[in-house]
Amino acid sequence: MTLNGKGVSVTTLVEPQQKIDPSPSQMMDWYRQMVLIRAFEMRCAQSYQQQKIGGFCHLYVGQEAVAVGSIAAVRPTDYVITAYRDHGHAIARGMDIHPLFAELYGKKTGCSHGKGGSMHFFDAKKNFFGGHAIVGAHIPLATGLGWAAKYRKEDRVVLCYFGDGAMNQGSFHEALNLAGLFKLPIIFMVENNGYGMGTHLHRASAVTDLKLRTGDAYGIPGKDVDGMDCVAMYRMTMAAAEYCRKGNGSIFLDVKTYRYRGHSMSDPQKYRTKEEVAQYQEHDPIGRLEKQLKDSHILDDKKVTQISDEIHAQVEAAHEKADADAYPDTSDVWSDIYANTFGDYKA
Amino acid sequence: MPEIQMREALNQAMCEEMQRDPDVFLIGEEVAEYDGAYKVSQGMLAKFGPMRVVDAPISESGFAGLGVGAAMVGMRPIIEFMTFSFSLVAFDQVVNNAPKIRHMSGGQLKVPIVFRGISGPGQQLGATHSWTVDALYTHVPGLKVVCPTTAYDAKGLLKTAIRDDDPVIFLENESMYGLRGEVPEKEYLLPFGKADIKREGSDCTVVAWGHCCLTALAAAEKLHKEHGIEVEVIDPRTLRPLDMPAIMASVQKTGYCVTVEEGYPQCGVGAEIAAQLQENSFDYLDNSVIRVAAMDVPMPYSKPLLQHVLPGVDRVADAIKKAIYFQG
Repeated sequence: MTLNGKGVSVTTLVEPQQKIDPSPSQMMDWYRQMVLIRAFEMRCAQSYQQQKIGGFCHLYVGQEAVAVGSIAAVRPTDYVITAYRDHGHAIARGMDIHPLFAELYGKKTGCSHGKGGSMHFFDAKKNFFGGHAIVGAHIPLATGLGWAAKYRKEDRVVLCYFGDGAMNQGSFHEALNLAGLFKLPIIFMVENNGYGMGTHLHRASAVTDLKLRTGDAYGIPGKDVDGMDCVAMYRMTMAAAEYCRKGNGSIFLDVKTYRYRGHSMSDPQKYRTKEEVAQYQEHDPIGRLEKQLKDSHILDDKKVTQISDEIHAQVEAAHEKADADAYPDTSDVWSDIYANTFGDYKA
Repeated sequence: MPEIQMREALNQAMCEEMQRDPDVFLIGEEVAEYDGAYKVSQGMLAKFGPMRVVDAPISESGFAGLGVGAAMVGMRPIIEFMTFSFSLVAFDQVVNNAPKIRHMSGGQLKVPIVFRGISGPGQQLGATHSWTVDALYTHVPGLKVVCPTTAYDAKGLLKTAIRDDDPVIFLENESMYGLRGEVPEKEYLLPFGKADIKREGSDCTVVAWGHCCLTALAAAEKLHKEHGIEVEVIDPRTLRPLDMPAIMASVQKTGYCVTVEEGYPQCGVGAEIAAQLQENSFDYLDNSVIRVAAMDVPMPYSKPLLQHVLPGVDRVADAIKKAIYFQG
């Protein structure tokens, strides 16, 4: 089945070799995370309209299963790096939402002390390496993370996310060639939501079966995966991580997903119809997992309401706290630029 | 003290730091099996093996970014650009990722990386291969920029660059790799932001670094011999941080200043030094600061044209005479 007649299919996925069944408690955890990401993003949309958030703000609504399912499949010691639509990954990696709101509001208590904003969330302690705003520019950085792991003989993989638009950047191709050449342990994951800003994949890419652009070209095999299905994301990423951990090199996952909101908050969305968005919303990743959990009698309507209330209260509290936090001192513009050394090293 | 070539001094600096710290590695085009396009990394593959001396494909954006990513987790990569003209293909990695990740992560991450290689015209390579990138990179907060003039400076400054916790642009010059200079056998490091007076004098201050420092010294010698003019040549050694206190102290002594660079005059390093001098030492200046730079044109191929465009000894000597109102 092709949903929009333009080839972005959610059913042409290739299942990984092994079936891994997540436990009910894992699935409940993912459900809560996805509900949290969506509630966070909806609050962001409101805060953006209230001009509490400046700059660009790219919401993750609709793509929640991608970050949640894949990050659940890697270890805390693995490295995660992504592009500018980074709120979902940060939350899935376990970052507290208060410093995220504070960052968005430009406050001192922000995860990057108000220096980064929406597109530059970082948490070094959680091995979350950003949040990068120039399209495709972080993909070479992923090769460096993979290089370090291989050089130090550490059992780590790199999870590198980017959008389908980034696959037309030179930095993507240079990075993929290096990863293939040096056999680096990297899962390259395209969050293929069908559009690079307002340009459909078919108007931007000469070859639209994206895995064909990495397999023969760079020796990095690719798989399709249904990015609207959290459990499928988990299973495929587990298989991909195992492939990398065994020293096979890198793997590429073409994750078919969809964003419900515009590219950024200032997108009139003239390039698609409301019907197209509605069609995808019928396959909503949260609704889908909710149904699976209900069918297995793990979740019921009462519990759904309870979780929703709890999470909305949590989001509102974090937002209010961040809103009341102080802005950085103007003297802080001079910090976080250099180490406090100017070469005063002793022989 | 043994006299060695500048390329040997650079090689010693890298080898010593790689022996000292297993996180240091060298990556670039032809650095390993070819032994270095300019033989700076000669013998290093044999010494350290292919994981630490790494041949990269012709893919500057890729391997510069690989270095930045590795540095984010505490490795200390040395990225060799065959020439800094090729660093422009990796400009985004060098000016966006390397110097801004510390800042945008609120200080959570550091990027201890060295980008090194040749910069500057003079080899008749045509306009695209003849970049002097001093001013381009000195413009960027978050970077440090080093331009050694002697073998001694090159070794001490490169060792410091490798140990530094910030991204460092380390600019070498092809025509200077074979120049010999005294280098102590005992280990030493040189700090950033400390200028070196390469020649003392009382009549005029000349600020020059790298290849132009040699031109300035030759011009100083010529003026000394021909007219008894005593020029003070100050080599800042690092352009960011820039040792303005040392330059100002010299100008307070001489009252005059000339800057010399192979880069372009508009928004060049000389323009910055002149601006800072008029802001901070105006009362000590007895004439305006005179800039000597490459002419404001793309680098031509033809040898006489190229020589005409670049600052030579006579042009520098004439600028000094003009600066001090010399009538001779």
